[in-house]
Amino acid sequence: YLLCASGDFVKMYSVATEETLRVMGGHADLVTGIQLNPHNHMQLYSSSLDGTIKLWDFMDGIPIKTFTVGSKLLALYALGSSEDSVFVVIPKSGERDTFQLVSVKLTKAAGQDLEAKEVSVVLDRVDASPKYIAFGREGEYVASVKEVNLQVYFFKQKQLNRFSLSAVKTKSGNNQFTCIACHPTEDCIATGHADGKIRVWRNFYHKKEYTYSTLHWHHDTVMDLAFSMEGTSLLSGGVESVLVLWHNQSDCQKDFLPRLGSPIEYISMASDGTLCCTLHTDNRITIINSNLRFAKSIQGLIKSADVKTGLVVDPRTKALVLNGEPGHLQFYCLQSDQQLFSLDIVQRQYIHQAGLNQADLVKVAFSAQGKWLATVEEREEVTDPELQLKLWFYDEETQSFKLNTRINTPHEDQITDMCFRDMDELEDDSLILVTTGRDCVFKVWVMVEDTDPEAQQSVSWSCDFVGSYHNYQATNCCFSEDGSLLAVSFEETVTVWDSVTWDLKCTFCHPPGKIRNICFGRLTCSKYLIGASDDGFLCCWNLLSCALEWSAHLNVLVLQPDPLSEHIAAVSWLSKESSLFVFKPNEPRPIYIQRNLCREKIQLAAFVPRDEPETIGSEKYLWLRRSQLFFLTDTQELMTLSTKSLQERLTPASKQLAVEESLPVTPFSLLLGKHRRQQSQEDIDLGKLFVRNKREQDSPAVKELLHTPAHVLPSASFLCPIFINSLLISKENKSAEEVADEVEMESEKTEDDSDEERDVTEMEQEDTSPLELLGETTCKLSKSQEKELRKIRKMDYSWISAF
Amino acid sequence: MGEFEVHRVRFFGLVPAGVRCLACQPRGARLALARTDGAVEVYNFAANYFQEKIIPGNEARSVEALCWAAGDRLFGAGLGGEIAEYDLSRLCVAHSVDGGGGPIWSMAANSSGTQLAIGCEDGSVKLFQVVPGGIQFERNMDRRTGRILCLSWHPSDTHIAAGSIDALRVFNVSSGQTVQRIMVNYHVHKVKRECIVWSIAFLSSGTVVTSDSFGRVQFWDWERGTLQESHTVSTSAVLSLSVSEKEDSIIVGTSTGATYQFQLLPVKTGSLEKRWVRTKPFQYHTHDVRAVAHSSTALISGGLDAQLVIRPLMEKMQKKGYDAALRKFTFPHRRLVSCARKARLLLFQFSQHLELWRLGSTDETGKDGEVLPLCRMPEHLVQLKSKGPEHIYCSCVSPCGSWVAYSTASRFHLYRVQYKGDSVSVKKVPKVPKLLLPAYQLQFSADSGRLFIASARGSVHVLQLLEPGGCKHLHMFRPPSGCPDAVYLLAVSADGHWLAAVGGDWAIHIYNLKCFKHHCTVPTYNCAVTALAIHPITNNLVIAYSDQQLFEFSIPEKQYTAWSRMVQNSGLHKAWLERDSPITHITFNPKNPSHILLHDIYMFCVLDKSLPLPDNSALLMNQSTLKQLPETARQRQLHAFKICKKFQPLLFADLLDDNCLVMVERPIMDFKTQLPLPIQQKKFGT
Repeated sequence: YLLCASGDFVKMYSVATEETLRVMGGHADLVTGIQLNPHNHMQLYSSSLDGTIKLWDFMDGIPIKTFTVGSKLLALYALGSSEDSVFVVIPKSGERDTFQLVSVKLTKAAGQDLEAKEVSVVLDRVDASPKYIAFGREGEYVASVKEVNLQVYFFKQKQLNRFSLSAVKTKSGNNQFTCIACHPTEDCIATGHADGKIRVWRNFYHKKEYTYSTLHWHHDTVMDLAFSMEGTSLLSGGVESVLVLWHNQSDCQKDFLPRLGSPIEYISMASDGTLCCTLHTDNRITIINSNLRFAKSIQGLIKSADVKTGLVVDPRTKALVLNGEPGHLQFYCLQSDQQLFSLDIVQRQYIHQAGLNQADLVKVAFSAQGKWLATVEEREEVTDPELQLKLWFYDEETQSFKLNTRINTPHEDQITDMCFRDMDELEDDSLILVTTGRDCVFKVWVMVEDTDPEAQQSVSWSCDFVGSYHNYQATNCCFSEDGSLLAVSFEETVTVWDSVTWDLKCTFCHPPGKIRNICFGRLTCSKYLIGASDDGFLCCWNLLSCALEWSAHLNVLVLQPDPLSEHIAAVSWLSKESSLFVFKPNEPRPIYIQRNLCREKIQLAAFVPRDEPETIGSEKYLWLRRSQLFFLTDTQELMTLSTKSLQERLTPASKQLAVEESLPVTPFSLLLGKHRRQQSQEDIDLGKLFVRNKREQDSPAVKELLHTPAHVLPSASFLCPIFINSLLISKENKSAEEVADEVEMESEKTEDDSDEERDVTEMEQEDTSPLELLGETTCKLSKSQEKELRKIRKMDYSWISAF
Repeated sequence: MGEFEVHRVRFFGLVPAGVRCLACQPRGARLALARTDGAVEVYNFAANYFQEKIIPGNEARSVEALCWAAGDRLFGAGLGGEIAEYDLSRLCVAHSVDGGGGPIWSMAANSSGTQLAIGCEDGSVKLFQVVPGGIQFERNMDRRTGRILCLSWHPSDTHIAAGSIDALRVFNVSSGQTVQRIMVNYHVHKVKRECIVWSIAFLSSGTVVTSDSFGRVQFWDWERGTLQESHTVSTSAVLSLSVSEKEDSIIVGTSTGATYQFQLLPVKTGSLEKRWVRTKPFQYHTHDVRAVAHSSTALISGGLDAQLVIRPLMEKMQKKGYDAALRKFTFPHRRLVSCARKARLLLFQFSQHLELWRLGSTDETGKDGEVLPLCRMPEHLVQLKSKGPEHIYCSCVSPCGSWVAYSTASRFHLYRVQYKGDSVSVKKVPKVPKLLLPAYQLQFSADSGRLFIASARGSVHVLQLLEPGGCKHLHMFRPPSGCPDAVYLLAVSADGHWLAAVGGDWAIHIYNLKCFKHHCTVPTYNCAVTALAIHPITNNLVIAYSDQQLFEFSIPEKQYTAWSRMVQNSGLHKAWLERDSPITHITFNPKNPSHILLHDIYMFCVLDKSLPLPDNSALLMNQSTLKQLPETARQRQLHAFKICKKFQPLLFADLLDDNCLVMVERPIMDFKTQLPLPIQQKKFGT
């Protein structure tokens, strides 16, 4: 197993299958540290910013004990030698930004919620990050680094040694410590530095005769270090996304695992030494064999440096498309919270070096059927940006996009917007692509027959028309629903062009604000054109009368029309919070307002069509019937607005919090989903469901069930009554309102751990799945009854463990 | 207009020879160094690592190994097959004995210094007994083929470990038998390549440490013949190895120019288990580090790039100070350039020839710092080649430029140089009187009428130069108390009255040249004299010592001057005392009697006696900050030391006339290009 702190949760992944087995929630704030209980490898300590330490039985996902410490806990360490205490980093009271390492005595009293007030300070002035403290051989000493100082405290001798490096930033970089690791059996400390050096310290119990040797391979900051279990080798990783294995701490013997995709943030070794895993900045965990071979990876939504492409929905797969790895386009499946695939657009080697301008993807557009994909990549240079427009054709045979046309420097300056003429019924060759650029023109690109007999493809793209308006910069473009009209905004003015003759039809403007977004209304409202300007106005023009229909004072950041309905969603940014307004263009009154959507600025939004219309009881959410709205904030968290509640099933016996979402869409799961939904017991108007950015989350049990091969499932006759039963109950609870659960994002601090108990798990997995399904019944059972039930079940299905 | 017109001379094409081997005297007072050209140098640790003695090389006699035996006797052995003992007071080979085994690759003395072992080309290891006045062959060890590249005695003197190609062997000294033979290359490489054991050390615990051409440092248990530890430190060969006296630290030098330290450290606190750990890497050299030495407080390494690097061990230092500074020596601490002031000639001394150059001249003037165009280019007038294999000890050109003298180990030559228009004729002066050779220092008098020759046993000869090309022996000075060592520095006063001479015992004797008698002795100071000069007007003797102290001694009054006492009372600036290279030359500005011009390798300094001395809080190198200050503030900030670091490395500086300086530089890059290419290493980011 691999355990990993993610947001408020601790997740457990199976090393064998890469799946999320369990999500353990219960902390009210960010989980900052997890450690296996050194005395019981089935137990796990977790600490959180909410000031509690929880002890979990992670095999069952049950919190055993909760210790309340009181102050924010920033890191957690557990030692085998100290029986009943753990070490945490807490902020020093009264001083800002100073932290101290304290040991907390965990009382052995019975009961679930305990106070742990008995703290004693071990080290003062430590750094908050868990990477900056390490415990040495059998807990004899603790070493902590901060800036250019290393301090080592010996518990037995009660001796504190401080060493410092010269603080001078030499030309080879600065000396600051970035991470620390202690040798498991010897008195040896390895530290990583900001200039890429690793220093291996020895003899540090002498104040003066300490000595260190230097290992240097990394060219930039060493992000994390880990010793192997025997201490014979040292692993290091950094921004180069290469894992380096140093043998015997020798400079000459080292092995590399290159091309790990993105910078390494954390390295963790399995306790039996067979596996190690690296955590990357792009929200991925890589599991690596002991012989330094890539084994598996657990990949969520890739966090890219900057989502320039916007959120685009692939019409074919309904996947969300955005910037992934540098120069790549990621196709992210919302339902399964998995990356479908990554398309290399730039097709150039990415070099990890600060200050190097590299080509990156800036714009993406799909044609209506998803047959064509247009991408714009650009390399930022001060003098002239390097631009490329690429058109990709979807090849049915290979099931992927193939490059059709590449246009170098399509515009003189940056491309600001791009759209296809969105007509489903039209023939392929009537496809039109419009690009707008800062060079004050918009260009129309059409497909032409390729006359070159040697060309492998029959069609290619070329420029058909160049339009401009008063030498203003073109900022946005948009086709009307029937494709007859093209709206292009030029700074303050919106121009409307006939898409057949390319005549300028009319202009609208709402000075003095420059136009930020424009879009046409859909279906019944197709005679309206909506524009948002940067001085805080939302305007709706009637295309028939060429007059302003209505305008509203609203600082709109994002304007997103629903492709399947008349609704348009506008996200505004007002007084440090984002608000959502949904309206129909034909009436100036919004049909739905959600204030205080989130604290972060929302950058992008996208409507993702639902596979089948949702039946929505509430009038309020009618607009969400056909599609679902997703947002991306500027901290790159992806969230969605959901009518459904997040299922918060509080099983009384265990207070286990299960978060479930995004099930693979099968009738079976729908059934399950409904069953869950109606179980919810709390009244909340709106459920906000966050799809994890950092780490995906999945309902462990249901997924388990669905992914378990049919032949290992209990017999259908056993399962069916439960479902039917639950459906019946659901009707009774129909009126029950939804539950909201707010899940905070952001989890930089994660500690991974893995454990290996294969056979027990399998048993467990089979065991819990029916249990979950029996939610309704179990929740009414007392603890003892549940235990009994489990026992029986174990007996019944012990044959399963054979698999 | 600047204060001086400077001739920046860069045409001295000196290429110092690489360091071949190093030997620390037991108990660490001196370091002997042999260069690839056969020269042997002795550095004195007590005198701030001053290069105390130089024994010039000989083409016929290379030195592959040096060792100290029987206290302070220095032995050298080389590919010539002979073991030579050096006479450190006369700075020459005292006597040599043929080893009888072909070229000698290695030599080691036992811990008591009574026996020498040599390793020969034919694979034999021979023992020699060190007897007073020489060495005596004692016995042969068990001989196998394969040259013995390195040798090491066990501290108890019972066994010798010898490194050869592919193998190392351990001999029992008393029986002469091979008691252990360990194949070195067997362990690592499938493809059998020759593995050369470059260096070996026998520790008292019975561990044999070897360094080999595969870049490994290996620790062997000699009795069992097993490998204990192996550290690969380099991709190329590890050429040299040295163990500290306490046997807790090892330094190794590799052919990439890097040196590494190994330390014996306990694995856990308090536990007895100790392990050798590679700790500090140092990269001071660009070429092969052929020799390393481990003194009690410093790691010393010498490379083919001619550098001697002394890296003090910080943890052994009690306080930060002069001893704690890293120092690098590339150039000798001696004068290799002499200048004919009136004739504007420079004489450059190479190992086997001399070059006489005429300085260029300009007729333009310019602003401070401006480079003036030359109207006449510097001209290479004469090249004098010394015959025979011997290297030149010293050379000098007279101020008028018409006399050139040099000396080798066995001969002394005086030439008369005549200039007729553009043509130069050189005529050897016949019938040079037979002197006690070799001459260690030569000095012409200011009027070019006399030549002073420093000789062995503290004696100085005075020759009268006669027109047109003759000479006459006038007198020989001897210190009244006698002196076993040779004179290595001379200074003569401008008026021809006084002569100061420094011998190897660092005593400065002053002789009166008018009546040819000993005038006085400067009070002895326990440090080596690095430069001295007599002031042309006041006849004060200015002395620079290797601990960077400066003294001024009034010759007529036979006592230190008031200024010198003042300097001693207030003390010199800390930064001045912590400089790491000695003052190599002192001269004066006759126009400004209070100025003393002195220089070392890295700086040129005008010492103004009329200005106050800086205290430790003031900035010593304050010339650039002074320039930015307004006039009044500048007056306040002025202090006696005006230091210029523009010319580096500075081999020679002299004042030609009132405002014309000559600076002889030898940029490191210039001579690095003349060295063989170092091992190509991929450097990140290039």
